[in-house]
Amino acid sequence: MNFDFSDEQKQLRDEARKFLAEKCPPKAVRVVLDGKEPYDRELWKGLADMGFLGVAIPEEFGGAGAGHLELCVIAEEMGRALAPVPFSSTVYLAAEAILLAGSDAQKQKWLPLIASGDAIGTLALFEGKGNPSPEGIKLSATGGSLNGVKKPVPDGAIADFAIVAARTGSTGRDSDVSLFLVDMKAGDVEARTLTSVDPSRGQAELAFRNCKAEPLGAAGEGWSTLSQLLDRAAVLIAFEQVGGADRALEMGRDYALDRIAFGRPIGSFQAVKHMLADMYVAATLARSNCYYGAWALSTNASELPEAAAAARISATQAFQHCAKNNIQVHGGMGFTWEFDCHLYYRRANATALSLGSLSYWEDALIDRMRKKNAA
Amino acid sequence: MGPRVRGDDNRILGTTQMNFDDTPQEAAFRAEAKAWITANAPRQYEEELRKSSLGRTQLKGANILEVAKAWQKKKADAGWACLHWPKEYGGRGATPIERVIWQQEEGPFGRLSGMFIIGHGMCGPTMMAFAGEDQKRKYLPPLASGEKIWCQLFSEPAGGSDVAGLRTRAERTGDDWIINGQKVWTSGAHYSDYGILLTRTDPNVPKHEGLTMFFLDMKSPGVEIKPIKQANGQSDFNEVYFTDVKIPDSQRLGEVNDGWNVSLTTLMNERMSIGAGVATGFPELFEFCSNLMLEDGPAIDDRNVRSRLASWAVKASGLKYTSMRAISALSKGERPGPENSIGKLVAGSMIQDVAAYAMDLQGGAGVLSGPEDAEAAGKFQAMLLRAPGTRVEGGTDEIMRNIIAERVLGLPGDIRVDKDVPFNKIPTKGRG
Repeated sequence: MNFDFSDEQKQLRDEARKFLAEKCPPKAVRVVLDGKEPYDRELWKGLADMGFLGVAIPEEFGGAGAGHLELCVIAEEMGRALAPVPFSSTVYLAAEAILLAGSDAQKQKWLPLIASGDAIGTLALFEGKGNPSPEGIKLSATGGSLNGVKKPVPDGAIADFAIVAARTGSTGRDSDVSLFLVDMKAGDVEARTLTSVDPSRGQAELAFRNCKAEPLGAAGEGWSTLSQLLDRAAVLIAFEQVGGADRALEMGRDYALDRIAFGRPIGSFQAVKHMLADMYVAATLARSNCYYGAWALSTNASELPEAAAAARISATQAFQHCAKNNIQVHGGMGFTWEFDCHLYYRRANATALSLGSLSYWEDALIDRMRKKNAA
Repeated sequence: MGPRVRGDDNRILGTTQMNFDDTPQEAAFRAEAKAWITANAPRQYEEELRKSSLGRTQLKGANILEVAKAWQKKKADAGWACLHWPKEYGGRGATPIERVIWQQEEGPFGRLSGMFIIGHGMCGPTMMAFAGEDQKRKYLPPLASGEKIWCQLFSEPAGGSDVAGLRTRAERTGDDWIINGQKVWTSGAHYSDYGILLTRTDPNVPKHEGLTMFFLDMKSPGVEIKPIKQANGQSDFNEVYFTDVKIPDSQRLGEVNDGWNVSLTTLMNERMSIGAGVATGFPELFEFCSNLMLEDGPAIDDRNVRSRLASWAVKASGLKYTSMRAISALSKGERPGPENSIGKLVAGSMIQDVAAYAMDLQGGAGVLSGPEDAEAAGKFQAMLLRAPGTRVEGGTDEIMRNIIAERVLGLPGDIRVDKDVPFNKIPTKGRG
């Protein structure tokens, strides 16, 4: 058996880590956090040059034609560095949606632009509060034009195109949902930037008014595609979360070694050591669940829905746990704007909601485990 | 700059897939093991063993000690005992991954090995590292074959987590040592033939520097064994008293006063067992919730129940895949990383929480523990009452967290106020 990444994949991870350490230090994250830029354009270009944006896009569409295991190791590094770029929306959501359901023409048009860093994409799914569900999709599509409002849309204000989930029927079934592709420059879409708990990543409201859109995939297949898309993205984002959790743990560990109180490093107090040990436990459980998710994703296994939910839950919990306790280990300094702890805390709690809440995925996991047991 | 995700030979990186398949060698080994087990295992007990996943394994109408010894002997005669041990000491000289494959194939019959775990996992490796060659050839094969059972005599009333604080004295007279003192929490002492024993040989030096290790015949005059009645009412452990017990110097393991280093070998082996899988109680809880009817439908359809179940599900799967990562490393001939140290820590408190939650779901009737009246034959009540021991035995949760913090994360060791103090000058009482 081989339940690990290959040496080449680990090499790729090292390369990504080195690249991001240089091009994406915390001060680069802060430029976006402080609202000076909507995203780090230079980093985005660099990621394209490294081939990271198209790593899982087939060569015929301008990508590197590697696989999803390669994308997983890059995702981990993106999460670790808190990269302030529209990577998850463009690569895990938009590109994957086109790969799953796009026509050949759509693939020919958009995938090379994604790989080269010339197009930012996103998925417009949520319409206010609530978790992903066919019933929650109210935005209407009639005669190829969209009417309705989506929010929050990750990176919605900087996107060049959006995959939009719309209602095309009223039978009360999943087949009421269809997907559309909107060229943001051509269609009538009004974007409004929204404030979020993690300003290092953009959120927007997109208002569609008689907006021209082309179908993505067959009519009525939208929910089925979305379900697969969310599972696939859940694994990839879980790797970002594990990367973030690991870094938060490292920051806490390093501070505990350096900070002296009561005449000794605070890392010599059991209360602190045990907190860090529990962070390690959470990060390790999450990593192992993620590896299983990576296996399922990369082999298109029938176990993917269950594996994705487990990876998502475990990684969400681990990143939240490590990020909040990293602040606790830092004490008062951890609660300053100056220290980077809050960047991880913000990202952990924003990412925890990016594909639906923890309870949504918990529900999904138990559903899927039941189905497997019944089968 | 073009895409950089190609290897130097311009091969696209992406051809190496994760997989759970055996190598041809592993597959051949698995087939051989499976065939032998199918032909030889005591199948009449399979169902009962399969059900007894938690707590003490028992068999109705049979003495489990005899069944276990017979199975172990059969395995030994065919070369399937202590797979990772050298052949000359009763093992098979198998690779670590072959040992894991054997465990997977042995399945429920592996639960018959419970009483041999300490001997095979701790005493045997200690003997292998420190006993003389003739002793190894004499004592190890019957240990491997289950004809002789061994126990480990470390913990004492005054030395649990702080095992180096033990007080059992060994004093030299001529070629012998005279032992006086008391051990506690000794698993299987009442059916053991031999034991490894950690003693204090010099109380005038700091505690780690005055210990010496021996092995002894548990039938020696002056050894008295008393079962401990545990908090859950069962008796799995013993107190062992030593009154002027004589051990020849030839049964000393390691140098005089170097017993601490010898014991580290033993304890290191305790934590090396991989692939056996730790009980979390999750499969039992999931099954229970799938079948339990609440006022408004099956428990598993309840939102709160689902949320709790999901959190435990990902802990259970996280442990499973952590173990798979270790097995994968073994399969490639690598040493597994430190991540395996989390198993007992996670599973111990989880099983306790799982049990309490299953009882909560039973409402007022959850208080009942008798197999006839209790839900699920009282398994969760039994689990709840046994769980506190799981969090203490083989290293408390706190010791496990210290190990992770110090050895994995590189945090400083605890400040030891007794480090440079002669053992007999260390205070023995907290208050007054």
